Amino acid sequence: MSALILIELNGSEVNASSRAAITAASQLSDSIDALVLTNDSSNSESVSKLAGINSVKMIVDDALEHANVEVASKLIAEAMSGYKYLVSGSSTYSKNILPRVGALLDVQPISDVCEIKSNNTFVRPLYAGNIMATVESSDEIIIMTVRATAFEHSGDGGSAKVEALSSTIPESNSTFISLQESQSERPELTTAARIVSGGRGLGSKENFALIEQLADKLDAAVGASRAAVDAGFISNDYQVGQTGKVVAPQLYLAVGISGAIQHLAGMKDSQVIVVINNDPDAPMSRMADLVWQTDLFVALKELNEYQI
Amino acid sequence: MKIIIPIKRVLDPYTQARVNKQTEQVDLANAKMAMNPFCEIAVEEALTLKESGAASETIAVSIGTDKTVDTLRTALAMGVDRAIFIKTESELDLQPLHIGKILANIIRREEAELIIMGKQAVDNDNNQTGQILSGLLDYSLGTFISKFELSADASSVEVSREIDSGIEIRKLNLPAIVTVDLRLNEPRYASLPNIMKARSKPLETIELDSLGIDTSPRIKVISVVESGTKDRASKQISSAEELFSELNQMGVL
Repeated sequence: MSALILIELNGSEVNASSRAAITAASQLSDSIDALVLTNDSSNSESVSKLAGINSVKMIVDDALEHANVEVASKLIAEAMSGYKYLVSGSSTYSKNILPRVGALLDVQPISDVCEIKSNNTFVRPLYAGNIMATVESSDEIIIMTVRATAFEHSGDGGSAKVEALSSTIPESNSTFISLQESQSERPELTTAARIVSGGRGLGSKENFALIEQLADKLDAAVGASRAAVDAGFISNDYQVGQTGKVVAPQLYLAVGISGAIQHLAGMKDSQVIVVINNDPDAPMSRMADLVWQTDLFVALKELNEYQI
Repeated sequence: MKIIIPIKRVLDPYTQARVNKQTEQVDLANAKMAMNPFCEIAVEEALTLKESGAASETIAVSIGTDKTVDTLRTALAMGVDRAIFIKTESELDLQPLHIGKILANIIRREEAELIIMGKQAVDNDNNQTGQILSGLLDYSLGTFISKFELSADASSVEVSREIDSGIEIRKLNLPAIVTVDLRLNEPRYASLPNIMKARSKPLETIELDSLGIDTSPRIKVISVVESGTKDRASKQISSAEELFSELNQMGVL
């Protein structure tokens, strides 16, 4: 009962959520292969070094540079021949492609798996993580995405053989135009060890810079609540929550965030939660390990000036 | 150009989901229900296209028991031209693959070229139906869109997709399916006169059984539990020095 991992690459690096997918798959199968769709064959190098991978299947074509979903789903469906499981990390990359693969193979995919109970039984969140459901699949093939925060990220140390699949690239009805990459010198939000997150309490885009200043001091990523994003303080790719990014850092420092259900669902598994807020009744405070109840601007000034 | 907007009736997103101890299922019996917020955004986008003259007709489709008609009436009150109600006799556990097959049937029948729908429903949070539907119909697909522009000759759309690494811009030739993200637009409210008017707009009812689609569950829900958020000890601190000292002790700096 072998498993195929759909690997997501960031440049030539393997995405952390793909590493979580390998760990998840190792609980289902002892024969795991990786599938890479790319425009650059030199990308096989980082994939073949992944621990726990038997062999790397590569499809290399210029058309695969920007994950054309119509093309990718057909190629993956073909590559699934002989496999029982298709596992990938819960990223926008996989969420875009995997359900379409499910349609082509007549399989009902399973999203955001957080725990593997048996070879066909899984735990996944519903209602923004307020409900955890244990679900059993009766499909012959199982297709799933797994939460990157729920499984260890498998490391390097392997030396898998690489096999180029000679696939015919199908015609497509969509074309890539451009990618506006979010530029940041800071750690990536979903994999950062520390996150400083700001909410509506910051009051303005200018004030939000205080959050960025503190993040730089702590070598942390910047996060935001949906309220802060909707108010235009910061762009949406910093949003933490069920409809934004789900995070579980060692340290989550929430400033001026009251704690809407959907925000809590996105960060509740953080190891240490610190809340800075002047409202003692904010739902966020109940989740905190440390609470500093004060005017957030007073606290931010003191923190930014403090010599570590 | 016809636009189909599949919509879903869900637990009101401002209501906390609870598990009923007797039925051991999420308690929806007496809960306040509403249109899935992402579906409202899809409806708004379709209406904007109709008002700009680019679309000839907007059609909302939903699947469920008789109560689902309320949600379709809401879409009609917002301004959608007509509604198609796929009626189920009881509360079925329909999964995205089933819903995709049902919608594909209706879309083929209506020969709709553009499908606008929510990226996910806030109850099951699958984020799958649009993608599955696009695979079943072999339509081009744009997921998680925050910007949408129809070409002058109405043969393609340019969409901005919110992806992990930033914003991706793609051109999709029609027929296409787009799934909408939160920031695409601000959905309108239905005005009272429009709510009255919606009562006389066409609503066609189709029995699910008459479509001959196999809806036996692929996924069985074994159990549901409330995970909630665990309260923590919440030690009070009152200075930067105290905070950094605590964090150092915890080893997270």
